[in-house]
Amino acid sequence: MPDLNPLSWWARLLALPNESRTKTIAMAFIVSGICALLVSSAAVLLAPMRDANLAAEREARLAAMLESMPGLADIVAQYGADSLETVVVDLETGEPTDIDPATFDIAAAAEVPETSSIIPGEADIAGLGRRADLAPIHILREDGELRLVILPISAVGYQSTIRAHLALEGDLNTVAGLSIIEQGETPGLGARIEEPAWQALWPGKELAGDDGEIRLSVVRGRATSAYEVDGITGATRTGNAITSAIHFWLGEYGFDDVLANLRQGAGLQ
Amino acid sequence: MKRLQHLYTPLIDNNPVTLQILGICSALAVTTSMTTALVMSLALIVVLVASSMIISAIRHHIPTSIRLILQITIIASLVIVADQVIQAFAFDISQRLSIFVGLIVTNCLVLGRAEAFAMRNPVGLSALDALGNGLGYGLVLLLIGFVRELFGAGTLFGQTVFPTIHDGGWFTPLNLMLLAPSAFFLLGLLIWAIRSVRPAQIEPADYEISIEPNRRAP
Repeated sequence: MPDLNPLSWWARLLALPNESRTKTIAMAFIVSGICALLVSSAAVLLAPMRDANLAAEREARLAAMLESMPGLADIVAQYGADSLETVVVDLETGEPTDIDPATFDIAAAAEVPETSSIIPGEADIAGLGRRADLAPIHILREDGELRLVILPISAVGYQSTIRAHLALEGDLNTVAGLSIIEQGETPGLGARIEEPAWQALWPGKELAGDDGEIRLSVVRGRATSAYEVDGITGATRTGNAITSAIHFWLGEYGFDDVLANLRQGAGLQ
Repeated sequence: MKRLQHLYTPLIDNNPVTLQILGICSALAVTTSMTTALVMSLALIVVLVASSMIISAIRHHIPTSIRLILQITIIASLVIVADQVIQAFAFDISQRLSIFVGLIVTNCLVLGRAEAFAMRNPVGLSALDALGNGLGYGLVLLLIGFVRELFGAGTLFGQTVFPTIHDGGWFTPLNLMLLAPSAFFLLGLLIWAIRSVRPAQIEPADYEISIEPNRRAP
């Protein structure tokens, strides 16, 4: 009669010589099974806290940017927080959609083929590979007049993907502010794009020249015109990434249709 | 107290970083500030102690042919868990440590202790040895982090010590201190200092270079 008691199987397995094939395979499966269980339970149990941390971080940075912009806090206070509306727009058509912004995650959408498109090689100056078809933007109006538009931009930097919010004033050509949301650049060099002192250089810069071509860029050394922002010494590639993020996201594959619609005052009411 | 030797000899006499030159890659990467150095040291100590204890507990049943893979699997799992815990409870610091907690897997120190000590010694001794080596690693990280943060940014644990000229103070930060090469220099100076005090740590040269006075060029 075969022995069906699992405990005695276990004892027999442990008693096998270490070099036997059965024990080698059994040990491999047992150790990897236990490790898989450990890793996946940690991931599942801690996921809500991690997501909450990420969401809180995003909101805190948006709030910090709104505060840093002159006069903006007053407007928000005057009209209530509702005056800042968030719309998910379709980047192809430039039209708003009725998707709830609270449930839309642009970074996650960019990774799924159904909700994103491949950026053609020569147009992919930001090195992103693919971008989401939809994007959430924030719009602030005062008496029906466009006061502020906040666009999410991103690019691959020196060693991380940099995500930022670019805020434009009502004329859609003057920068109201830039706020870095997420980056993992070299501490002390590229990571200094997070410093308030550097981000304070942005308000008032001009986006495009008279011909409509985007000219704003981060330069090496000191800025000499309204289309230039001081670079950070030792962080040329991080600065270049910010430049290409602006050029990409305001260009053909980014928000150009959205901005055109906003200029005409059509659609995005 | 012979057992306690395993705890304190790795601090200076047999320090994993300065004597065995293990784990210096992460020592370069995370020492730009004291906070990251401290969190990295804590994560490494936890992973090192836990993996040494687990490997030591099952050491009689690890087949020789797959022992390295088993060790790496156990270490990697613990590292992922540690990384997740840091992301959940210390989000700011996890952002600054970026991938380096994950790279504990490739830290030769962890696998080195597992292979050299935990495979041959009981659980208690392995835990002491792991703790001692972890503390030795942490000590070096904090020392280098102290110098780099103080002179590179004028702060310690993010608190201003020297007001920098960016904030209207007098101190010009040494940008070199924030770059990886400065960690090499500091580590080299540290090893030099330790070996000057303890000449026993100086290794004999592998090959003596000798010049024969009578030899002529061919």
